[in-house]
Amino acid sequence: MSEKNHNVSRRQFLTYTLTGVGGFMAAGMLMPMVRMAVDPVLDAAAEGDMNYLVEFDELGEEPIRRELTYEADDGWYESEQIETIYVYRDGDDVVALSAVCTHLGCTVSWEGSEDYPEMFYCPCHFGLYERDGTNVEGTPPTEPLHRYEYEIRDGAVYVGQSEPQ
Amino acid sequence: MLQRIYDWVDERMDITPLWRDIADHEVPEHVNPAHHFSAFIYCFGGLTFFVTVIQILSGMFLTMYYVPDIINAYESVYYLQSEVAFGAIVRAMHHWGASVVIVMMFLHTLRVFFTGAYKKPRELNWVVGVLIFFVMLGLGLTGYLLPWDMKAYFATVVALEIMETVPIIGESLRTLLQGGEIVGAQTLARFFAIHVFFLPGALLGLLAAHFIMIRRQGISGPL
Ligand code: FES
Repeated sequence: MSEKNHNVSRRQFLTYTLTGVGGFMAAGMLMPMVRMAVDPVLDAAAEGDMNYLVEFDELGEEPIRRELTYEADDGWYESEQIETIYVYRDGDDVVALSAVCTHLGCTVSWEGSEDYPEMFYCPCHFGLYERDGTNVEGTPPTEPLHRYEYEIRDGAVYVGQSEPQ
Repeated sequence: MLQRIYDWVDERMDITPLWRDIADHEVPEHVNPAHHFSAFIYCFGGLTFFVTVIQILSGMFLTMYYVPDIINAYESVYYLQSEVAFGAIVRAMHHWGASVVIVMMFLHTLRVFFTGAYKKPRELNWVVGVLIFFVMLGLGLTGYLLPWDMKAYFATVVALEIMETVPIIGESLRTLLQGGEIVGAQTLARFFAIHVFFLPGALLGLLAAHFIMIRRQGISGPL
């Protein structure tokens, strides 16, 4: 660069280099810490195991309530998780619905209200779902009850994760 | 962009004098390594502060995973060390920083001693500096127990034994720090509280006093 062509003053140059070097050092210091803090967000969710739920023969057309208990990895701790599931038979198919209301997470129950037979009822804000989990228009829930993937081994039903329908 | 945000705030709140007060001060020639390389000995105080900042930051992040409880403490440290991305690095920063801070502080103390910087009118700042030294040792002592492994446990047992040999108040001192009849759950909870709340609080206060005094009194003259 020629003498006359200074676009950057000495002072500016110093400011830039010092901020640059300082920023680089600060970033080097903070990067590991921030990466450690956000690890749970970046950690891919572990593939869930299939857990025993119920014998296939026990199932009928009527949804029955089952509690699924399993050990979940919680960092340095193994914690016991309980999920409530409604399960019934639909021809050869098994329908296993999560009892967690898709509105704000209360627990729904089959025929929980006498006014609404043959429906899942949520007592918190009177949410309603059809037998197959479809939410009823005009009640708070905005999506159907989540459904579990399942597998039949030796005449017993095993379920994995629940997914939105 | 940044400049305009700054100007906007400055126009309303006149913040320039705030940082000017902190940033603008004379750096005498005899403490500037660019003039005499040997002046690098004047950097140890600043380096101590720098490492202290790293300690505070890495410590804050470590408490995201650590739990001060005898059942889970070791497990949580093991988890953050082996499972969490960069956990080993952050813990290593805190681990090695703890030693580096003592070394830097010691070198800083030597510099102040041999340049006679503790003499009138700076006696009080020396006193505050020594208090900072003790707080740092306290942080080292209490932090040592937190991983709750064999080394931590027995080091603390010995430290408490030593405290007990203090005449008259020794026994009460030990019980106070131990928090119970044995070195156990209550000791760990106490040491954690002291390590992350009480001593850092004291440290920040003392550091503020240390720095305000330097600014009031200026850097001591050349030898
Ligand atoms: S939580 Fe079920 S309706 Fe609101």
